[in-house]
Amino acid sequence: MFNTITLFAPQLVLAFFASQLLSTGAFAKKNISIGVRNFSIFVLLGYSLIGFVLGQPTGTAFKGALIIDNFSHYMNLIIGLSAAAALALSKSFFQIEKLDRFEFSILVLYCTLGMSIMVSANTLLALYIGIEMQSLALYVMAAFNRDSLRSSEAGLKYFVLGALSSGLLLYGASLIYGFTGSIEFTQISEVVSSGASPGVIAGMVFLLCGLAFKISAAPFHMWTPDVYEGAPTPVTAFFASVPKFAAMALIARLLVGPFEGIVSQWQQVIVIFSVLSMFIGAIGALVQVNIKRLMAYSSIANMGFALVALSAGTETGVKGMLIFMSIYVVSVIGIFACILQMRIRDGMVENINDLAGLSRTNRSLAVVLTIFMFSIMGIPPLLGFFGKFFAFIPAIDAGMVWLVVLALIASVIGAFYYLRLVKIIWGDESEHDFVEAPKTLRGIALISSLLVFPVLILPLVSIPTQSLISRAASSLF
Amino acid sequence: MFENYPILSLITFIPLAGALLLIFMARVSSVEAQEQLSQNAPRVALVISCAVFFLAMVLTFDFDSTKPGFQFVETTKWLGGGIDFRLGVDGISILFVLLTTFLTPLCILASEKSIVSRKLEYMVAFLILETLMIGTFVSLDLILFYLFFEAVLIPMFIIIGVWGGKNRVYASYKFFLYTLLGSVLMLAAIMWIYSYSSVSLGAASTNIEVLINELSIPKQTQKWLWLAFFASFAVKMPMWPVHTWLPDAHVEAPTAGSVILAGILLKLGGYGFLRFSLTLFPNASLELAPLIFWMSVIAIIYTSLIAYRQNDIKKLIAYSSVAHMGFVTMGIFTFNIQGLQGGIYQMLSHGIISGALFFCVGVIYDRMHTREISNYGGLVKRMPIYAAFFMLFTMANIGLPGTSGFVGEMLTMIGAYQVSPWIALGAAMGMIFSAVYALHLYREVIFGEQKNPDLDDIKDINIRELIVLTPLAFLTILFGVYPSLITDITSVSVENLIINFNAATALNGN
Repeated sequence: MFNTITLFAPQLVLAFFASQLLSTGAFAKKNISIGVRNFSIFVLLGYSLIGFVLGQPTGTAFKGALIIDNFSHYMNLIIGLSAAAALALSKSFFQIEKLDRFEFSILVLYCTLGMSIMVSANTLLALYIGIEMQSLALYVMAAFNRDSLRSSEAGLKYFVLGALSSGLLLYGASLIYGFTGSIEFTQISEVVSSGASPGVIAGMVFLLCGLAFKISAAPFHMWTPDVYEGAPTPVTAFFASVPKFAAMALIARLLVGPFEGIVSQWQQVIVIFSVLSMFIGAIGALVQVNIKRLMAYSSIANMGFALVALSAGTETGVKGMLIFMSIYVVSVIGIFACILQMRIRDGMVENINDLAGLSRTNRSLAVVLTIFMFSIMGIPPLLGFFGKFFAFIPAIDAGMVWLVVLALIASVIGAFYYLRLVKIIWGDESEHDFVEAPKTLRGIALISSLLVFPVLILPLVSIPTQSLISRAASSLF
Repeated sequence: MFENYPILSLITFIPLAGALLLIFMARVSSVEAQEQLSQNAPRVALVISCAVFFLAMVLTFDFDSTKPGFQFVETTKWLGGGIDFRLGVDGISILFVLLTTFLTPLCILASEKSIVSRKLEYMVAFLILETLMIGTFVSLDLILFYLFFEAVLIPMFIIIGVWGGKNRVYASYKFFLYTLLGSVLMLAAIMWIYSYSSVSLGAASTNIEVLINELSIPKQTQKWLWLAFFASFAVKMPMWPVHTWLPDAHVEAPTAGSVILAGILLKLGGYGFLRFSLTLFPNASLELAPLIFWMSVIAIIYTSLIAYRQNDIKKLIAYSSVAHMGFVTMGIFTFNIQGLQGGIYQMLSHGIISGALFFCVGVIYDRMHTREISNYGGLVKRMPIYAAFFMLFTMANIGLPGTSGFVGEMLTMIGAYQVSPWIALGAAMGMIFSAVYALHLYREVIFGEQKNPDLDDIKDINIRELIVLTPLAFLTILFGVYPSLITDITSVSVENLIINFNAATALNGN
């Protein structure tokens, strides 16, 4: 019993404080959203670190429903830190837009709880519970600005399509259960390796389709641009970063766990997702003028790159995905910290042409955004390059050179629209000044730009980080 | 002397440290002080780059040119998995380091007046660019090489895109995307090599020395890898038919940007061929050499003819660069000592001459703000000293004996003649054409009647410009009459390269 509590401590921390804060907020006489937010950030930080404080215990909890290993510890760390950063980002936006309600922080906490269950899922049921918990919170967050038509539309769209994907996922899960007689990953794995029936394969494809929706991989990406554009910007920042990583981690766990025996079957599916995402993302982004839509297509393309790593189905593949996604999450949070600074006196602006002449009016923001753009383009020595490098190596190892060449060509196409942003920032004449941004935003933008700046490839930092990620990846095998 | 000091790291990273210092100073200083700082930034950058040049000189004197292989090697653990931070120089790369560190202070000096807006940022970009260029030449790890090689795009994109001419956006895009597309194919090949090395050598490695000496890649695969590297280097060189980005980039770039582009960035391609294509894929190099020859000869003749038709001075010189780079590729792929020595010589001499020519264009552009040939004429009466300098560099560009241009072209042609007289003949034709366009340019700009009234009060070169042009003129003549200054340093490394090349190709039954 005590063992289970130690193992489950991160999730317990989240669940306990989320419920506490919810009841406190509900009964509070005045608006306590600021206090709730600050406290939630601490809770998230605590959640991310507690596994490491307790010495990274490993094992299964709740009769095998959840598995806590180095992989989940690493994921908890990243999820917690980036959720805390995303929550900190939301502060000034909601205050200025007069949307500051304490429920937002609670939703982030519950969503994070859902994600932490996802990354530790060891049965199909736990998987579904995690996903739904996460998604329900996300639906509400998308529609958080309920007086805005666009925001409500985003929430509704996300909800309807999300329900569809949950349906696919459940159908796949039931097929797998029907054909293998178990919902536990280890047992499924045993059955599958001794010969997979077509039913299991069909189930796996449905399962992957449902998850592809969550990471917005093409051809299940249609919701992404609209939801990104409609949702309040801090919510978009959250959408684009943490849940993507959690769902990607879940896919990794599924692919190398229960389905490790049928690599050749799922490899095709993943490769198709990957190629479609890279090109749809890269080409779709070319014509966007809204920076949030641009980020949506960019995230579609980036999911394609992460899937390249996973498609190898090897330990280095998982490691490559983890490195790539970690760097991606840091960049996305940083970029959104910059987008949130795009505020003129009349309110937020989202058109990329509004960034014109930024290098004259706000030099530090211009430099930071430029660093992010070159990083996400994958130009060395910025960190984005190393993300791509480690993500593509496993595919080469697995003999899929053509896939990597396609991915690299897609990133050249992608370079075009990131460059357009750089050009607008440095080349064009300015139209208006942005108002002074709050300290939190500037701080987060600065920290994450320093992270993607080659600080992290200094040997002093790169070797321990890599060993952490290696341990996480190897615990899945 | 420097066994215990990381001198290569110092040379590589001092400019970067200087750039960071400038950024830091800009951040902490007040608004009024920033104006002052922006005025002083060129001086700070000049001091830093001169210090780096001094260190590079010291390094060259300490370099033992009788030993093959790499010297001053530094190794630090870096990314793990066989990817280390390794620096070192041999007889080939040390000269490029010297060239880079020599041209950068001149560029900074030349831009002091011609850049009006955002001086500080310009200097920061230039210093970062210097670090990256030196890094490319000294890195002994494939990934590290790629890192520097590719990172050059960022400051260059910004230099062209921000301080360039009217059409700068188009030019910087073209430059960036062209070279990026070429490089990502090389990246795919690098990843393949990395992955293959773990199978073939037992442990993954991107150490260039290890790869060159121990890795043997199957012949059929070599061809693909060679083509992937070729895609990158050919764009960078640039070789015909992927040269079209160069004239645009040159025309739009500020003077110093053009100098760096012609003087050093174009050499990255040639250096890459020498360092990687010949050593890692010897069989493929041998097999595909005819392709290179024909592309080189076409480049030499075709772009010389194109150059003749240009109305824009910078464009003319840009096309002439493509033609001269044709000699380099031709020389490198002869695989004999004259050809290789000539290729290297041609790269260094072209670095000096084309740099000088772009400086010369910059001198009149700063005064007149036009690059149209037809707007000039009769400059010799107004600017006699300038005319003399321009004459010298024009002659060197043609390859007149006594200038450094002659030695490089002569050597590559001797090398090419041993392989195929027809190739050498084609290249010799190109030399004649180069005289045609260069003399045409000189006559139109310097001689003839002065038609443009704006030229009436144009002033001759000032002290600053004299300081920039004099060392270049001196070196052009020095290397023209005393070539063994360079060939002595390179010869052992080149011989070593050829021995390895012959051994590798003989082993595989060619």
